[in-house]
Amino acid sequence: MKTFEYVIKDEVGIHARPAGLLGKKCKEFASTVTIVKGDKEAAATKLMALMGLGVKCGDTVTVKVEGDDEETCAAAIEEFLQANL
Amino acid sequence: MIIYNGKGVYGAVAIGRISVYKRQAAAVTRIEITDKGSELKRVEDAKAKAIEQLQAIYDKALKDVGEDNAAIFEVHIMMLDDEDYNDSIRNIIETESVNAEYAVSVTAGNFAEMFAAMDDSYFQARAADIKDISNRLIACLSDGGAGQDTSDEKAIICADDLAPSETVSLDKEKVLAFVTAFGSSNSHTAILARNMNIPAIIGVGEEFLKNINDGDLAIVDGFTGEVFVDPDPETLAKLTAKQEEDIAKKKLLQELKGKENVTVDGKKIKIYANIGSVDNIGSVIANDAGGVGLFRSEFLYLENDDYPTEEQQFEAYKKVLESLPGKQVIIRTLDIGADKQVGYFNLDKEENPAMGIRAIRICLTRQDIFKTQLRALYRASVYGNLGIMFPMITSVSEVKKIMEICDSVRADLKVSDIPFSENVEHGIMIETPAAAVISDLLAPMVDFFSVGTNDLTQYTLACDRQNPKIEPFVDIRHEAILRLIKMSADNAHAHGAWIGICGELAADTSLTETFLRMGIDELSVSPSFVLKVRDQVRKTDLSK
Repeated sequence: MKTFEYVIKDEVGIHARPAGLLGKKCKEFASTVTIVKGDKEAAATKLMALMGLGVKCGDTVTVKVEGDDEETCAAAIEEFLQANL
Repeated sequence: MIIYNGKGVYGAVAIGRISVYKRQAAAVTRIEITDKGSELKRVEDAKAKAIEQLQAIYDKALKDVGEDNAAIFEVHIMMLDDEDYNDSIRNIIETESVNAEYAVSVTAGNFAEMFAAMDDSYFQARAADIKDISNRLIACLSDGGAGQDTSDEKAIICADDLAPSETVSLDKEKVLAFVTAFGSSNSHTAILARNMNIPAIIGVGEEFLKNINDGDLAIVDGFTGEVFVDPDPETLAKLTAKQEEDIAKKKLLQELKGKENVTVDGKKIKIYANIGSVDNIGSVIANDAGGVGLFRSEFLYLENDDYPTEEQQFEAYKKVLESLPGKQVIIRTLDIGADKQVGYFNLDKEENPAMGIRAIRICLTRQDIFKTQLRALYRASVYGNLGIMFPMITSVSEVKKIMEICDSVRADLKVSDIPFSENVEHGIMIETPAAAVISDLLAPMVDFFSVGTNDLTQYTLACDRQNPKIEPFVDIRHEAILRLIKMSADNAHAHGAWIGICGELAADTSLTETFLRMGIDELSVSPSFVLKVRDQVRKTDLSK
């Protein structure tokens, strides 16, 4: 399993559109991606659960990637976060 | 007649019959079922249909209101596809053996509640999106699409609140206006309505819906946010006139936009706009002004608690110049004192402030303030076509002093290698009788004159602008004023300078022909008067 931390820069936080696009991105990989905020976590492919975390600008989230292609997947997700959130 | 008040989100007046918005997905009843398989299939089919509808709405919105506002429908598609949402619907059908509509309705309630309970307003507002997609799904289950009763008459659509998809789905040809009991002026509905140029009033309150019926006559005033239900004849006449005026104005705008300011016999004149803040640039463009003839720089000083820095001023001037590419923008240097007071300047209280330390007199007394503004102006000059104008001139020596200060500011910039444009025009306001009378001496020193008729009138006729009791004695078209303007125009032209008028008189269309005959080169008026004056110019024939 690979994990990394990311600080949200988008001023609304993890809002609907990028959350949806993140889910789409994750589906391109075999690995499962989980977003953790505090004591709550959600699968990155689940839009409503992800928004339900209520992640705001400035919050730090932990991203957990687990699966056969976790190296490439983690890199791609980090790149996606940098560009969109 | 009953009047309701809300927030108008698009300025226009609509008069017509009320149509109360009806949602097809009204009451959902719980029905026990035996064939879970076919119920699950119904959900899948309805979902496919709903996504297809949303895709069509997205395409329509993309065309009507642009990508940013259309994005919400893309999100709706993603939400409909959400795993947890779909799992919840399936679970309820399977464990409770109930109909699909009921399962969707319960799921919608749970998810909406989750969002509504969050502590951030953005996420709270998503509850409305959940309800919107769920209602669509339920409508698709009961084989209907979403939509309003079809009637041939245009109507004022009234609802508790309209979901974005509902607003976009309505046939625009049949909507006169929107009125909603709830909602905010930043809601998607308000934004969409604004983009669709439909008058809309948001948040008129719960009482409204209880008291209206389909077919009631109503007037919607998007300017004031008022809704008049069952209007009395007097109100109806008043608002009809307002509507006609607004339509005529918008029609004039459409007809005259992009047209030249030219008389029947071919004489041209520039029509510029007067503005007092960066925020007004939009109206300069919307009203098709040829440039800005008077940009009052006072707002920079009035909005601040302390002297605005060179950097602050530079940013503001740069923004104006960059927003109006290719257009001349004439910025008037600080004009405070008299009726415009700023606390931190600590000006002495004067017996007669209109004739006191104001405008250029402050700048020449406290040159540090003046130089800061000039440096900011010159630095910004590389971003557009800048003109600088000095107010309250009465003598040749003042203009000489001003030009010396300008030269020294430019020399300083040059030494520091800071770029500025060599093509900045310098002009003075003709707003004292003295300046008009010696305009032959002033003209060779400047590129242009701009006549400030408000002060020129006050000083020439000895009539205080602030005293309403004097009004009967003020003849704004007094021959003395017109002669001073004519004298200034002749002197300007004799020395190769141009002349404009930036006071209120410039917008007086009964004088447009007089000004054209004097050879005035430019009229600068409030943005909303630009097209009215253009219309007058185009009707004038100087050969007759």
